[in-house]
Amino acid sequence: MRIIVCLKPVPDPKYWKNLTIDPVLKVLVREGMPNVINPLDRNALEEALIIIEKQGGEVILLSMAPLFCLSVLREALAVGGDRAVLLSDRAFAGSDTLATSYILSEAVKRLAPFDLILCGNETIDGGTAQVGPQLSQFLGMEGINFVCGVEKFLGEERKGRSLIVRRKTEHGYLRMQVKLPALLSVVKEANIPRYTTFMGILGAEKKEIQVWNGNDLNIDLSRIGLTGSPTKMSSLFVPELKRRREIVKGTPEVVSSLIIDKIHQAGLL
Amino acid sequence: MSGEVWVFAEHNNGSLLEVTFEILGKGREIADKLKGSLSAILMGRDLEEMTQELIDFGVDCVYLFEGLHPNLYPGQEMVGILCDLVRKFSPDILLMGATSIGAELAPKVAARLNTGLSAHCIDLDVDEEGHLLQIVPAFGGGVLGTITCPDRRPQMATVKSGVLRAGRKGSRNGRAVQEEIMGSRESGIKMLETLEGEIAEVPLEKAEVVIAGGWGVGGKDQWLQLEELATLLKGTVGATRPAVDEGWAREFQMIGQSGRTVRPKLYIGFGISGVMHHMVGIQDSDFIIAVNSDPEAEIFRMCDFGVEGDLKEILPCLIQKIKEKIKK
Repeated sequence: MRIIVCLKPVPDPKYWKNLTIDPVLKVLVREGMPNVINPLDRNALEEALIIIEKQGGEVILLSMAPLFCLSVLREALAVGGDRAVLLSDRAFAGSDTLATSYILSEAVKRLAPFDLILCGNETIDGGTAQVGPQLSQFLGMEGINFVCGVEKFLGEERKGRSLIVRRKTEHGYLRMQVKLPALLSVVKEANIPRYTTFMGILGAEKKEIQVWNGNDLNIDLSRIGLTGSPTKMSSLFVPELKRRREIVKGTPEVVSSLIIDKIHQAGLL
Repeated sequence: MSGEVWVFAEHNNGSLLEVTFEILGKGREIADKLKGSLSAILMGRDLEEMTQELIDFGVDCVYLFEGLHPNLYPGQEMVGILCDLVRKFSPDILLMGATSIGAELAPKVAARLNTGLSAHCIDLDVDEEGHLLQIVPAFGGGVLGTITCPDRRPQMATVKSGVLRAGRKGSRNGRAVQEEIMGSRESGIKMLETLEGEIAEVPLEKAEVVIAGGWGVGGKDQWLQLEELATLLKGTVGATRPAVDEGWAREFQMIGQSGRTVRPKLYIGFGISGVMHHMVGIQDSDFIIAVNSDPEAEIFRMCDFGVEGDLKEILPCLIQKIKEKIKK
């Protein structure tokens, strides 16, 4: 069994208020910002590790990010996984979800054969939840979002093998059987990610991280980066805030009374 | 086709979702601005009643795929059907709800058609050139962005439930067109069963008082106080993403771009920095109070009443005072 886990380094939410925007590219200035693995991607990695512990096989971590995110991949390898591939190229910068999924799909093709691709359902920065399902389409396979449980495998490896999963909906759950290879985007309920151990950190130093750029992949340059992306961020604006913005400080007693006054004014209590 | 606006009409077991009506309202507006028409795509079984409802809500043409599995799943089969229809008629704009189905269907369709898609829009409009303006909260950092897709068609967007106002019922002469599913479809998915969830439905959307907590709440102990305060004020507890990640709150309590949209009379946020991801979910609240120890917190720019202070001290005091008040 070979599982590819897609990981995205995201700016640590603890520092989000320091984020700035590049006025020309209209993208996030990420340099200098501490990055962490996107939280749900840790659930994707955990699910891969659970499966491999039972089934045997290999877990490959895949990420598209600037070179300075190598350390984030190393951190992920300390949690688990056998090796990692970092896709890094200036030409990738500014890619929207379509272009990103296309680049990832070309890397995945190079890593074939594989049985499963696991992603976090969405990231905390962009939060579109689009890359997983779009990647499944570039690879011509089924992709399932909101996966909250992986139940069991049916059939022989790479001979029409399928997997039973649970998927969340607004109304409950769907249990479904999906043919492999397939892509699953997992949500928080799927599992509880394990902690990094000291042995894990030591072990990660010996694991291989390959860095691939555009030349390593069979990529149509007209389909990537800022210019190859169909969506354009045409303007950024601070939303109009018609709020009173009355700010106070004081002892807990004083401010509590003030809050209660406001609750009254809102017609409550 | 220029000016042709399509809406994917999502339903659950034969009843159209609220978000479908919300998008139809906006879709009609846009179609009129473009001097075009509004169409809906409806798939499933027993579609007659829903077809009439769609027409009543301003649809000019309903494309029907009758006889499909009632549990519509956006697998390869459904994606293929929708993509074939789009290729046949080349609509200008294709809109869907950012529901659990729509949020999976839309990116798949966009990828196959090699076109642009924006997620969780909070508003839509068109410019003078007829480009769809897709307003999205950007970067989680206090700004909104306008996304366009100038060169490829259809222009696609998903819209969150509850952010647009549902359209009005009118009298129109719409028509229904029966579409055939072409060829046999490959599907790698077999539906086994549908399970009703034990998702505790907190009616956040309908709550008059929302008490919300963020990362700054700092721990489960304070979170319990937050819940106590909500109970005292007959309110509902909401959360930001970091509070959910910390395990204090559950996913269904999350307010914001990828969570719920609330419109209470009173919102009180504790330890919430005010990133736009969250703020877009509360912006229609009547009155916003924020408690935060960080004087620089973004939320202070976006609230009616802000209290700069330590919530660990304020919460117990506030709860005590409200209890006294209620006793009287």
